[in-house]
Amino acid sequence: MSLSTPSLRVVLYEGSGAQPLESADRYAAMSALLEKGYAVTRSAADRPVSPADRSPLLVLGRFDGHVPEVAESDVPLRFHDITGLAPAQLGDVVETTRSETGAAKHGEWKPWFPVIDYDRCTNCMQCLSFCLFGVYGVDTEKRIQVQNNDNCKTNCPACSRVCPEAAIMFPKYKAGPINGDVVSESDLQKEKMKVDISALLGGDVYEMLRLRSEKAKSRFSKERDSDKALAERQKCLVKLAQAGDIPPEVLMSLPSPAEIARRAGEAAAKAKAALEAQP
Amino acid sequence: MTDPQPRILYCHCQYAQVVPKEVKDGVLRKLCDSGVAFEAVADLCEMSARRDPALQRLAAEGTVKIAACFPRAVKWLFHQAGAPLPITAAEVLNMRVQSADEVAAAILSPELSPNLPVGKVTAKDAPLAEESAIRNPQSAIS
Repeated sequence: MSLSTPSLRVVLYEGSGAQPLESADRYAAMSALLEKGYAVTRSAADRPVSPADRSPLLVLGRFDGHVPEVAESDVPLRFHDITGLAPAQLGDVVETTRSETGAAKHGEWKPWFPVIDYDRCTNCMQCLSFCLFGVYGVDTEKRIQVQNNDNCKTNCPACSRVCPEAAIMFPKYKAGPINGDVVSESDLQKEKMKVDISALLGGDVYEMLRLRSEKAKSRFSKERDSDKALAERQKCLVKLAQAGDIPPEVLMSLPSPAEIARRAGEAAAKAKAALEAQP
Repeated sequence: MTDPQPRILYCHCQYAQVVPKEVKDGVLRKLCDSGVAFEAVADLCEMSARRDPALQRLAAEGTVKIAACFPRAVKWLFHQAGAPLPITAAEVLNMRVQSADEVAAAILSPELSPNLPVGKVTAKDAPLAEESAIRNPQSAIS
């Protein structure tokens, strides 16, 4: 399955030919489907809803056994009678249709990825230079963009902390301005300070990581008490994690120092090339 | 002929706990009680990552009111999905900071108060993700 796999669209139909739902039943049905990851349209005459596109469409309604026949349709279209079905059973009905139509499956990936605020971004390429995981790239006009959002490490907001303009958001982050809240002058000063801190640590966070890792290795070889050495290494990682709010599991899953250096070099080269190509 | 009422979009923010449950459930309940037409999505972030065509449908036609999170985040989530919202035709209610009553009252009101941030560039000017760069989110599962 790929990102371009269309999602199943569910319509809760209560118009002509179907019995309306009590509002409590409507709420229970909507909640059950949303919690399974589906998009649900509740249609009514008071205002428009989005028109159909090529996505598969499932129309649920209390048709009392008189399910409408599917007329010729450009999109996979199905009707299902939900008379007497409990909300929990709706999920099964929709899941069956999703599977049969080959529509996208939801809920297996936490959507965690950076979102660039181009009102603030100055195209400085610090994020491209910083990210080890190839999340960022440039378009044909050498402007920064998020290209591989699925490469991003869940719950890690580190790149947003190196952005001098607070232009990188993670909408599911706990606090502002990274979560999309308005950026204040004091936020900007904090962001600048963070960059300065990384400069104080050697100008390159990955170089710092590499050195820490080498020091830890050296300690491992000298220490007889491996538990003590491990504790020291963990202490270093916890410090680093706290400074950038990087989840420990992300730090623990970093590749070898040599691989970090290689990726950091690659990212820096990409950023340099993009900066040089700017008018 | 009168203009149609703004369309309504509700985001359930399913894959994170950053929107208080009592707020998102309260807004959904009031929408269901009202009997109006609306579109509910499990998670706008996920749809943006997928570049779900539904976002283009939502951004393309008429006015829209969105119950989700911070307007700045919503503006650029749509943009990153290749579906920039019209600055003057979209109002975002923020369920991270507003109460369920405030959000429901605003979203059911016929008046539209556009509140997307207007910055130094327009959404139209900013670069969009390239189709070729779209990758499989499942590869991130480990």
